[in-house]
Amino acid sequence: MSEDDLKVFVHGAARFFSKISPTPAEVGTPFLRDESDRVMSDFSAVIGISGNQRGCVYYTAPRDMVQALAEIFGESDLSDDICADFVGEIANTISGNARLELGPGFLISVPVVIRGRAEDVHFPDDAPAFVIPISWTGHRSTLIICLSDQPHSRRMAAAQ
Amino acid sequence: MKLLIVDDSNVIRRAIAREIGSSRYEIRSAGNGTEALAVFDEFAPEIVTMDITMPELDGLSCVDAILNRRPDTKILVISALADKATAVEAIKRGAQGFLLKPFTAEMLHTELAELLAE
Repeated sequence: MSEDDLKVFVHGAARFFSKISPTPAEVGTPFLRDESDRVMSDFSAVIGISGNQRGCVYYTAPRDMVQALAEIFGESDLSDDICADFVGEIANTISGNARLELGPGFLISVPVVIRGRAEDVHFPDDAPAFVIPISWTGHRSTLIICLSDQPHSRRMAAAQ
Repeated sequence: MKLLIVDDSNVIRRAIAREIGSSRYEIRSAGNGTEALAVFDEFAPEIVTMDITMPELDGLSCVDAILNRRPDTKILVISALADKATAVEAIKRGAQGFLLKPFTAEMLHTELAELLAE
């Protein structure tokens, strides 16, 4: 995964929040996740990535932030079911939007949602996991990007 | 006028329904392509909003199946997949419009108005 790939997700996260909210998000500088980092929050969604790259994209956020976002979205039901669904949609949207730069070979799965502060989440061993902190109206959430290039992808061929 | 909303996200289905409003449209919804076809056969909507990435049956396959059943159905694909090839593929299969997520209420109304004007 290149620095440019990470920028795609940094810009994508910023774009998502500016589109749905009058208050933009502050998207921090990505850093390499350490095994001891406890980044998972109340609601998390993982998107499996295949095609030219392989790995996953996580988005994780606390309940009060998801509820605040859902309210801005016009949602009156702020139940855990709605929060879980919305976190999945955020992960799906940021990942899907990344195809603007990464192309149609960046294949995304439907989101899998995890409720509760899952600490035993498995990240692929063959790819580094980068943490992108996102602050919005005093709330903190996290995007985690864990991708490796597929050996025979067009991206790899172009880079060689 | 009957409108079917197809998206695997309940939040998105509810948001679209809220924005469109039930005064002008009779609205039904479905959470995946398979469910959408069952609702389509029973409800016979004139307009369909269609997500692409969904479990069981994806949105583009569902567009094919719907247009095989009733070719004059107006379909607006609403997806997060931002590459040009996906939008081109959706139109090639017979969808009349493509709206990228995240979208604003104004964008949704504009796309639906264009769809109905065709």
